[in-house]
Amino acid sequence: MQPLLKVENLLKRYAKGSLTGAGEELLALDSVSFTIFPGTTLAVVGESGSGKSTLASCLACLESPTTGNIWFEGKDIVKLGERARREVRQQIQLMFQDPASSLNPRWSVFEILVEPLILQRKFKHEEMKQRANSLLERVGLSPDIVEQLPTELSGGQRQRLAIARALALEPKLLILDEALSALDCSIQAQIANLLMELQSSLGMTYLFITHDLAMAAYLADEIAVMNRGRIVEQGPAEKILKQPQHETTLRLLAAVPRITRATRPAVEQ
Amino acid sequence: MRYLLRRLGHALLLLVGVSVLTFLFTALAPGTYFDEMRMNPQIAPETVAALRAQYGLDKPLPLRYLSWLSSLLHGEMGFSFAYNSSVAPLLLVRARNTLLLTITSTLLAWMVALPLGIWSAERAGRLPDRLLSWGTALLLVIPDLALALGLLVFSVRSGWFPTGGMASVGFEALSPFNKLRDLALHMILPVMALVLSTLPLLVRHVRAAVADVLNAPFLLAALGHGIPKRTLLYRYALPAAANPLISLFGFSIGVLLSGSLLIEVVMSWPGLGPLLLEAILSRDLYVVIGGILFSTFFLVGGNLLADLLLYLADPRIRTESSAR
Amino acid sequence: MASVLEIQDLHVSYRSREGVLCPALNGVSFTLMPGEILGVLGESGSGKSTLAVSLVRLLPGNGEITRGAVHFEGKDLLQAKLEELQQIRGGRISLIFQEPSLALHPTMRAGEQVRQVLAAHSSQGKSGLNEGTRQVFAEVFPEEADRISRSYPHQLSGGQRQRVLIAQAIVCGPSVVIADEPTASLDPATQMEILGVFRTLRERLDLAMIFITHNPALLSGFADRVMVLYGGQVVECGPAETVLASPRHPYTKALFQSIPAVSDGRGSSRKTRLPVIPGDSSQSSLPRGGCPFEPRCTERMNICREREPALVNLGESHVVSCFKYEN
Repeated sequence: MQPLLKVENLLKRYAKGSLTGAGEELLALDSVSFTIFPGTTLAVVGESGSGKSTLASCLACLESPTTGNIWFEGKDIVKLGERARREVRQQIQLMFQDPASSLNPRWSVFEILVEPLILQRKFKHEEMKQRANSLLERVGLSPDIVEQLPTELSGGQRQRLAIARALALEPKLLILDEALSALDCSIQAQIANLLMELQSSLGMTYLFITHDLAMAAYLADEIAVMNRGRIVEQGPAEKILKQPQHETTLRLLAAVPRITRATRPAVEQ
Repeated sequence: MRYLLRRLGHALLLLVGVSVLTFLFTALAPGTYFDEMRMNPQIAPETVAALRAQYGLDKPLPLRYLSWLSSLLHGEMGFSFAYNSSVAPLLLVRARNTLLLTITSTLLAWMVALPLGIWSAERAGRLPDRLLSWGTALLLVIPDLALALGLLVFSVRSGWFPTGGMASVGFEALSPFNKLRDLALHMILPVMALVLSTLPLLVRHVRAAVADVLNAPFLLAALGHGIPKRTLLYRYALPAAANPLISLFGFSIGVLLSGSLLIEVVMSWPGLGPLLLEAILSRDLYVVIGGILFSTFFLVGGNLLADLLLYLADPRIRTESSAR
Repeated sequence: MASVLEIQDLHVSYRSREGVLCPALNGVSFTLMPGEILGVLGESGSGKSTLAVSLVRLLPGNGEITRGAVHFEGKDLLQAKLEELQQIRGGRISLIFQEPSLALHPTMRAGEQVRQVLAAHSSQGKSGLNEGTRQVFAEVFPEEADRISRSYPHQLSGGQRQRVLIAQAIVCGPSVVIADEPTASLDPATQMEILGVFRTLRERLDLAMIFITHNPALLSGFADRVMVLYGGQVVECGPAETVLASPRHPYTKALFQSIPAVSDGRGSSRKTRLPVIPGDSSQSSLPRGGCPFEPRCTERMNICREREPALVNLGESHVVSCFKYEN
């Protein structure tokens, strides 16, 4: 099978000036390589400052890598021209931390959902209405809410709406940059389940960027651990959890706050 | 540092650009100072031609610009036909008077606008705030000219203030203290007109900027730490709201300067305004160019000052500029 | 032992734009013992942040305390004069807000921000203030205290900013610190580090602390007692080990199960659904009789809709408000 995304030797260097001289440089990404196959999830796990967000913005065409290749469906998107790149950008959607906070509070649910479609200018009003309804159903929301404002929705509904909007252009790859981290535990679980459902029904592919190793292990097929711009360990999720090799992985595992196993809720009776 | 140098570079470039443009436009404008002589049958056409040649008006534009530049370097800025002297000393006296007016009213306007805006922001949405905002809106829609004329009428009727000029008859004979008092009395009217014309704008901006900051989480945090209200408003809220206000400060110098040119004409204050008007009407070329250049210089200076203040006030701009 | 802080029957409402009062806290009562860490567990809409600010009356303009009392050092804070309150805020009871990047003044040096808090509560001269500030920085930052005190917030990392907030909170030697989601925006390693700082400070300064969070895992091994809020009410409260190990209220149980766990032998259960709480918390904010959790509860009974459950004592000061445990 052809990989959906293949990253080769990605390197991103920032000039980091100082008062004493402009010689210093910051290597945000250092020879990063991985592949993601369609319908699977890769989790990139690391501490803050490990380069995971830089990776996300390079993949979403928000920044250009200094050197390296990003193959998306066999095309190298680093070398694409502006127009072709805009098309790829629809295929790769990026969701940030607390995605619901980026919903325009003055727009109705309908307007939020069809805005990406309007920009495309190839849909009639009736079609857009249908699309909006099916998007809402897909994320488990009732079509009755299309006239409401995001502020009238509950926290969980807003997160679902944000996902529905990300799906509006039928992307092939969804990059989730700490998209679950700021949510309440119960909403986190609901959204995680929704992501899984969408993966099995639509064959979605996810790149899940997080510092939460527990959630990564739950959602991902494969985990890549990053430290200072490098991938220091990579493998199937279970293996990373059960036989962590690198000290960064060990540190991340140790830092996962947990209700210790002994104290996990014993189901009564 | 690099930030400031860059700003300084921009300012210089702007001045050169303005001088070139004014040169071009004045050359495009029809007629010269000597055209009226030509109408006069008592002056021989040869004399006019000789005068034109003497002042270099027959040379091509680039050459004239170059010779003006060299005269600028000698501190002359060209020659005034009407006053029969070099332009620089003429302008300097007038510029001093204009600056006196502009700076005084800038400072005064801000000294009133800051506390008033903060006071209003603190009561945002309540009755005193709404009253003030109606008041400023009212003041905002009165044209400057009407305001100045109204003030003139008022002072003529009441006889409280001198209504024109910069000094009374017999100013030279007064003691230093009385000279100062006389000057201050003459300044009251034009300064009042200028302050009243900019105040509403400033108050509204100060109010908006501070009201914005008052809802910021770090102010709630400061409140939670028991920081007293005065400190909270002036030590916390004001510096945080400062950036747009500092930029507005630079801008307000420009507004007051151009306002001042108008007010000076109306209230016969011997500044750049009346001189410039006179020079334009009589096509006294180099005085016009010099006057415009002086005003631009003040404007650019004001914005440069604002940039400098911004640099000093915001540590984020400092690091950003050194990181580049 | 006498409590440092006693909250009685606290009711807080927010007035909506149409002028309707929407309850956020609905009769919350608890006590805080000296030197104790009370973990307050709740999700958005539970009223946990309202609780933090209403204790020192810092509610936003549309918030109203409609009933209750907050007893602290012999006074009812809800009746105290504003000047008294200003001395208590930051002096005797400190608040630590979430989002350290937003809670610090952007153009004031870290040291100055701490010094201002000290200056607001003491009559010391300049050198005294500087010395006090220096000491607290040395306490919170074992290394580089001087450099950090001279830095602006944007020059500091998330963890460092959080430590500056802690310095602000303890500089006047308060007896109670209220921290609202202080670690939510930090990565796990820094989170642990900050919890460590809280623990040492609690012991050194004999602080009592209210630690508000949505993440139950943070409280294990950290809090002494845990109080669970749902829909503006206390649904469960008790010693931390007991509540975390064997939660009794249906909400607490469901909440704990919805968190994915690592290395608990469930590795193969990956890609199965996480157990979730059906519906969402907005359903509870409607004024209703009955139990606030009833609409989402999987163990609901008829009685749950009819009246509010009272707190039932399960022993060892573990209380829960659920009809399942009555009689």
